[in-house]
Amino acid sequence: MIESHLSLLIVVLPLLAAPIIAALPNGRTPWLVSTLVCWSVFAMACMQLINVNTGNVISYELGGWAPPWGIEYRIDATNALVALIVSAIAAVTLPYALKSVASEIPKKQHSLFYAAFMLCITGLLGIAQTGDIFNLFVFLEISSLSSYALISLGKQRQALTASYQYLIMGTIGATFFLIGVGLLYAMTGTLNMMDMAQRLPALYDHRTIHTAFAFIMVGFALKLALFPLHIWLPNAYTYAPSVVTVFLAATATKVAVYVMLRVIFSVFGFSFIEKTPTDELFLILCVAGILMMSFYAIHQHDIKRLLAYSSVAQIGYMMLGVGFGSALGLTATLVHLFNHALMKGALFMAVGALVYRVGSSRLELCSGLGKQMPWTFAAIVIGGLSLIGVPGTAGFISKWYLVLAAIEKQNWLIVAVILVGSLLAVIYVWKIVEVLYFKPAEENNVHSSVNEAPLMILIPTWLLVLANLYFGFDTDITVGTAQQAVQLLLPGASQ
Amino acid sequence: MELIIGHFNYWMVIIIMMAGFYTVISRGNLVKKIAGLNIFQVSVFLLYISIGNVKEGATPIIEKGVLLYSNPLPHVLILTAIVVGVATTSLGLALVIRIKEAYGTIEEDDIHSQDQSL
Repeated sequence: MIESHLSLLIVVLPLLAAPIIAALPNGRTPWLVSTLVCWSVFAMACMQLINVNTGNVISYELGGWAPPWGIEYRIDATNALVALIVSAIAAVTLPYALKSVASEIPKKQHSLFYAAFMLCITGLLGIAQTGDIFNLFVFLEISSLSSYALISLGKQRQALTASYQYLIMGTIGATFFLIGVGLLYAMTGTLNMMDMAQRLPALYDHRTIHTAFAFIMVGFALKLALFPLHIWLPNAYTYAPSVVTVFLAATATKVAVYVMLRVIFSVFGFSFIEKTPTDELFLILCVAGILMMSFYAIHQHDIKRLLAYSSVAQIGYMMLGVGFGSALGLTATLVHLFNHALMKGALFMAVGALVYRVGSSRLELCSGLGKQMPWTFAAIVIGGLSLIGVPGTAGFISKWYLVLAAIEKQNWLIVAVILVGSLLAVIYVWKIVEVLYFKPAEENNVHSSVNEAPLMILIPTWLLVLANLYFGFDTDITVGTAQQAVQLLLPGASQ
Repeated sequence: MELIIGHFNYWMVIIIMMAGFYTVISRGNLVKKIAGLNIFQVSVFLLYISIGNVKEGATPIIEKGVLLYSNPLPHVLILTAIVVGVATTSLGLALVIRIKEAYGTIEEDDIHSQDQSL
């Protein structure tokens, strides 16, 4: 019974939990309920991934209406991997949230905060699960609206302007997507992605299809903060409450990258993309993004903002794989989706621990704290190594596949850019390490009494840190699933 | 002539869309930006509704003797999008109220200079 409705339950459970949580009294209950919901969603996402990892495709008909008329949830290895990333990060973030939210958000807003958090999870999981392109738009807006609300809860007043800026840009992006979907519907008469994919090849040369494609690409480039459409991201990540930053940094942009993959490879097909300058454009924007954003990251004075700029650069690495359009490139993209969620999750959690103790993530206020908070500091170091791509960490695996893909295409410039990008990452990670550990604590330091973060914050952080190390050695789950997914995204491509 | 009259709706969509988009980009007043965003979204609603029209098609209610109906699906889709638009607008305006409380102004330049002077 439950087995056959798994695909829907993953989305519906947090959706139903949201209003219930909003009605609960403030205190620990909202947190407890959301944690339980997230862990059960995580368990279901694991089961789902095991079901499809053999090459199966689950097709779930909502309300018993057969596709293409009804909404279909179509789960293959790609969706299942993305749903697993979202639910796993949610499951790890929530235990962390208890202390962090208590210190950063007024108590009277707690149940509403967790309700909004549940809605955000619903939206992101919905995007991952659905096979209907208009349904995807609705879930996109559910997740976006709740994340605007979550970001505006930050302590500083800049959180409000950051959220406003994101709202304007996010809505423009979503509306562009909506225009694209409308034009596609006008041409094909269907909203089901698989059905659309079958009807599109006959219309490849039609100008409306090209317009629709352009609108969808620009819309989602805004959503995933592809350079130069990233302006909303650094502010939003810097001023949002720590928990929200952890969750959004690890999931929201990843889900947007997934939509790009789905639209480019499953709906339009790469043979269409090759006729347009899209793939070259992606490569150029990614290269510019990786280099410029890494330079920006080096010059930041706030750890959260530094990591936010690094996130924009990392999105460049993910989209490089899409630009290559080869099996290796896509494998690198999917593996990096997973690994980047782990490393940025771990890093932002560790920075959240600093914020919990010090109340700020500004570099000059954190000098010398590494000695007082050794576990938090160690988490930042390992997360940073993974970000650089040092062998033995998860980051190395994704960089390895990316470099292989670039070599396969004989694109030496991009090989060089990936290596230079990693060197720049060494500089900005070193900048944090230097301030935290080697800079002596200032005289009359108000933080001299600061000690290690509480266990409720350290344990989830270290779970992600250890995952970074584990997936640096065992690549069966990440690379295995990614290769399975690539076979469905790029039929006929040999591994 | 056919190009203008026959595609009247689509021309209007483009004009409204550009007017709204330009307002979002050019205005510094946060409420005006939201208004521009609204106009921008309305143009998309109009686009969807126009797509649904079938030449000489009847209202999509089953009736004897009528064979050609307009497509009702885009209208239903756009109902959802209208709801989304209402939610976005209200959230945006709520944010503007909070910004006014925190900064005492809703002009983008003033807010920016207040943040810089910190």
